[in-house]
Amino acid sequence: MSTRLAKGGRLIDRTAPCEFTFNGKRLKGFGGDTLAAALLANDQMLVGRSFKYHRPRGIVASGAEEPNALVNMGQGGRFEPNQRTTTTELFDGLTCTSQNHWPSLEFDVGVVNNYASRFLPAGFYYKTFIHPRFAWKHIFEPVVRQSAGLGQVPKDRDADRYEQAYAFCDILVVGGGIAGLQAALTAAKAGKRVWLVEQTAHWGGRAPVDGVEIDGQPAEAWVKNTVQALEGMENVTLRARCMAAGSYDHGYVLCDEKVADHTPGDGRPRHRLWRLRAGQIIAATGAIERPLSFAGNDIPGVMLAAAVRDYLINWAVAPGDRTVIVTNNDDAYRTAIALKEAGLEVPVVLDARASVTGELPAKARAMGIRVEAGKAIAKVKGGKRVTGVAICAQVGQGSVLEEIACDAVAMSGGWSPVVHLWSHCGGKLRWDEAQAQFAPDKARPPLNHDGAALVVTAGAASGVLSAADVLLDATDAAGGGVAPVATAPQEAAMEPVWIMPQGAPVDLRMKMWLDYQNDVKVSDVQLAAREGYTSVEHTKRYTTLGMATDQGKLSNINGLAVLADSLSAPVPQVGTTTFRPPYTPVTIGALAGEARGEIFQPLRSTPIHAWHLSQNAYMEPVGLWQRPYCYPRAGETHEQAVHREVKNTRTNVGLLDASTLGKIIVKGPDAGKFLDMLYTNVMSNLPVGKCRYGLMCNEQGFLSDDGVVARIDEDTWLCHTTSGGSDRIHAWMEDWLQCEWWDWQVYTANVTEQYAQIAVVGPKARQVLEKLGGMDVSKETLPFMQWADGTLGGFNARVYRISFSGELSYEIAVPASEGRAFWDALLAAGAEFGMMPYGTEGLHVLRAEKGFIMIGDETDGTVIPQDLNLGWAISKKKADYLGKRGQERPYLANPDRWKLVGLETLDGSVIPDGSYAPAPGFNANGQRNTQGRVTSTYFSPTLGKGIAMGLVKGGLTRLGETIEMTKLDGSTMQVKIVDPVFYDKEGEKQNV
Amino acid sequence: MSKVASALGGARFDGFASVREIGPLGMITLRAKPDVPGLAAAVTAVTGTALPAQRRIEVAGDKAAGWMSPDEYLLIVPYTEVKAALATLAEKLAGQHHLAVDVSDARAVFRIEGAQAAEVLMKLAPVDHATLTPGELRRTRVAQVAGAFWADETGYSLVCFRSVASYVMGLLSHSATKGAELF
Repeated sequence: MSTRLAKGGRLIDRTAPCEFTFNGKRLKGFGGDTLAAALLANDQMLVGRSFKYHRPRGIVASGAEEPNALVNMGQGGRFEPNQRTTTTELFDGLTCTSQNHWPSLEFDVGVVNNYASRFLPAGFYYKTFIHPRFAWKHIFEPVVRQSAGLGQVPKDRDADRYEQAYAFCDILVVGGGIAGLQAALTAAKAGKRVWLVEQTAHWGGRAPVDGVEIDGQPAEAWVKNTVQALEGMENVTLRARCMAAGSYDHGYVLCDEKVADHTPGDGRPRHRLWRLRAGQIIAATGAIERPLSFAGNDIPGVMLAAAVRDYLINWAVAPGDRTVIVTNNDDAYRTAIALKEAGLEVPVVLDARASVTGELPAKARAMGIRVEAGKAIAKVKGGKRVTGVAICAQVGQGSVLEEIACDAVAMSGGWSPVVHLWSHCGGKLRWDEAQAQFAPDKARPPLNHDGAALVVTAGAASGVLSAADVLLDATDAAGGGVAPVATAPQEAAMEPVWIMPQGAPVDLRMKMWLDYQNDVKVSDVQLAAREGYTSVEHTKRYTTLGMATDQGKLSNINGLAVLADSLSAPVPQVGTTTFRPPYTPVTIGALAGEARGEIFQPLRSTPIHAWHLSQNAYMEPVGLWQRPYCYPRAGETHEQAVHREVKNTRTNVGLLDASTLGKIIVKGPDAGKFLDMLYTNVMSNLPVGKCRYGLMCNEQGFLSDDGVVARIDEDTWLCHTTSGGSDRIHAWMEDWLQCEWWDWQVYTANVTEQYAQIAVVGPKARQVLEKLGGMDVSKETLPFMQWADGTLGGFNARVYRISFSGELSYEIAVPASEGRAFWDALLAAGAEFGMMPYGTEGLHVLRAEKGFIMIGDETDGTVIPQDLNLGWAISKKKADYLGKRGQERPYLANPDRWKLVGLETLDGSVIPDGSYAPAPGFNANGQRNTQGRVTSTYFSPTLGKGIAMGLVKGGLTRLGETIEMTKLDGSTMQVKIVDPVFYDKEGEKQNV
Repeated sequence: MSKVASALGGARFDGFASVREIGPLGMITLRAKPDVPGLAAAVTAVTGTALPAQRRIEVAGDKAAGWMSPDEYLLIVPYTEVKAALATLAEKLAGQHHLAVDVSDARAVFRIEGAQAAEVLMKLAPVDHATLTPGELRRTRVAQVAGAFWADETGYSLVCFRSVASYVMGLLSHSATKGAELF
């Protein structure tokens, strides 16, 4: 059984007991524990079930590579699935539950898949569910989805806050082991601005556990001194609990800092995503130990040898009383020695190598540990935990020589450098025969913009494993200098072992796990090879090897070595799969950062916004603007409110917040020439003081924006754009001025937000303004389509006589900071005239009654002005304007194009939005032919019937014709083609 | 009661740094090429400063002139002096191709103050504060919107568009929340 030892544990604080629950069971641990260490201390060997066969799963590793021990953490707003217990710091009150089992962890129904595993080999899904075709969607997929996924999906809103931060440095060192510390110190001493990040809460990595001595002192002391030295340097920033997720071009690195995972609810942001820009990245990311592939290597209690040592020394946890060691290298003997020194039993070390000669094995032998050379595990005995091992010769087929009782197995198949950051931007790997590992090929690093290495590796990440070499390599990586001297026992060469025993028959190979989380076994990869999969990338996807949440940190090298062996190809020829960010999963909250809730996205508001909200206005987005759709009164539906607002505007006076309208100043000696190019009509001859409606097209000729232009003075114009178009049109103007017509003397300025613009609309509009007083707004002084500066009620105002409603209308611009005060003044002045505000829907109905087009309704990027009967606004005299040549293309010049008409039902009802007009016959794709569509459709409260505009083939030449249009239920309705101007065709009302 | 209201009415947030919406502040966008005759004199007449060099802001008391682009300057004067400043510019630059417009109300202005004020901005703008020199005007991105800021002895002044003032206030407050100090 796994248990806590009475003394020891360099990372735990026995004076800080923590209580936590696992599946509701109350357990005890200490501050400094990882959740995995605390679970083991409570003899919780079984922590989950595997994905496919629901096999019992225990803790295998002690770090980020852990594939099995994932739990649902927390509750409610802090619930999060797939949390890795080996990297989760224990805190008092932690709650977690195991995943992927039903009804309980101990008794799981899904384990039936395990007994049927013979019938669930690699590619089972692909082979089984392909026929009959219809069945996938309706039968197989729903069932497969039911059984897919490990953790549960959070159901509540995340209770935590997240943030991001930008940082810059010359050198980013990733990894706080002795290599990273030495590299950081070397770079810092050279005067570089250094960041050092470490994914765990502790500095020093493995060296203190492995008993390394540096400069004559224990590694722990050297680490402490070095961290202190770094903390004292102004040019160094240290960050623990900070995982470098990925490296990108130009030295961009994302680092996920787990600020408050271990102190939930303390008010700090839970995670902080650092967006670092580094001159160079030093990846001192260490190495990961590989499992060995023997039958039953997935039974809880089988662990990596170094992990067993970590639990013992860091957290005083013994995974077993009797631990069998199985290895192909000397390093695992450190575990045997450490266990023995802690007073625990090591019945045997099974060493697959025929000859065992190193210093560490010699020490183990001297301590009385039985060492068996050339031996292997034939199979592990046990179900939910290890009960013993059967021993065989490594070179044989697994004939059992002896059985030994034990409650834990520590395995070591060698080490793989963590090359992720090196590889993300294209660093190449070389196959190191001696260590049987893919290591960075230092001659082919990922390159920066200047051709220099974007990433260099330091220490074990470079493929050097002895502490002395690690420090030398790290010093070199950081620019060179004097490296401290580390001493450790000499290690003899390892020997690659990909299958144990070498000649294992299929019944053993079916129990040799490569990928613990996704249940991929040696036999699955071999089957894929037999079925013709020669590419490691294809094999990965066919078998799902390395596709789980651990991304194959333990399984990839073993898997591709098995594939290479099956293909009789050398390992480097098979190659590796692609390393992609993130190194370990980053929670979506960190990626979203501050962007949630109120600040999810910028919402633009006008100076009158607060008043709209106070009136209970129903707001709608227009671009990023928030605009009132209507102002419903008590008991009113939105529709009733719109009708009331429209009628009141037609009979009394309405008030519209039009501040969102784009306003761009265009000034200069060439401004007239410039606007003549931008607009389809002529703006250069617009007299000062007058307004003119204009259209803008893109180069293809399609209508892009519209609005009223006012001539301010001899060389200044003010261009109104649509609400959603101001930034786009301003950028469009600058694009032409900066890139094409750079020698024209024109300046622009977007002054949209400088003004609150308020439309006073309706037959009594003039009376309201006259009540405010200050300037002459009579027809004689300020006729339709003119503007004037003056004061109204003491406000400096620019008044435009323009109308988008067909009524007597003034659009009044005042400085934005006075907008609210002016609005209030208008409300007060208008009260006696029955003034009511109206929203965007009222605006739409009013303009539709007048047959005015709306960019985005009547246009969709494929419509030219001529389609909308706006030929009158296109100059025939001008030599050129943007879009002119586009409009001359045959398809756009075709008289058969769909053109704007008015539409009315025969019974006065409203045509559904989106209706099409079917035409006889079917097209080449078997679709019904069409001859038109609705672009705007409303109920007109003024006329008491439905009105619509649409684009119909033949346009107004078909006036009076009746056509069919589709309804939502698929049937059709009769619709009459009419003039699109439904109200006051002569325009008498706006010109009074 | 004054009828003039700044974008957020002087909203304030006190976290590990203080955030205040200030204003109204008089601001003029002046577009002109640096070699326009009389430009430097016109700017000096309005702000009392020299014409700012690339990425610089020149400050003189409550007035300032900042470089915004190769042909754009930001002139800062007291809110009530904008009209006079525009008249001065029109007079001094008469006959020269330029554009000067009042943008005081098109913008919102914030002050971020406190020993750790830089950390608030580090969370929102991709700016290296270690290489930001005094008197540097930094046009940048503040999370999802455009912004510009510069530092003085007591903190930072940040300018953004008026319509997104409450978004920027939200960003600054979130970033300045106590417990979220970076260092």
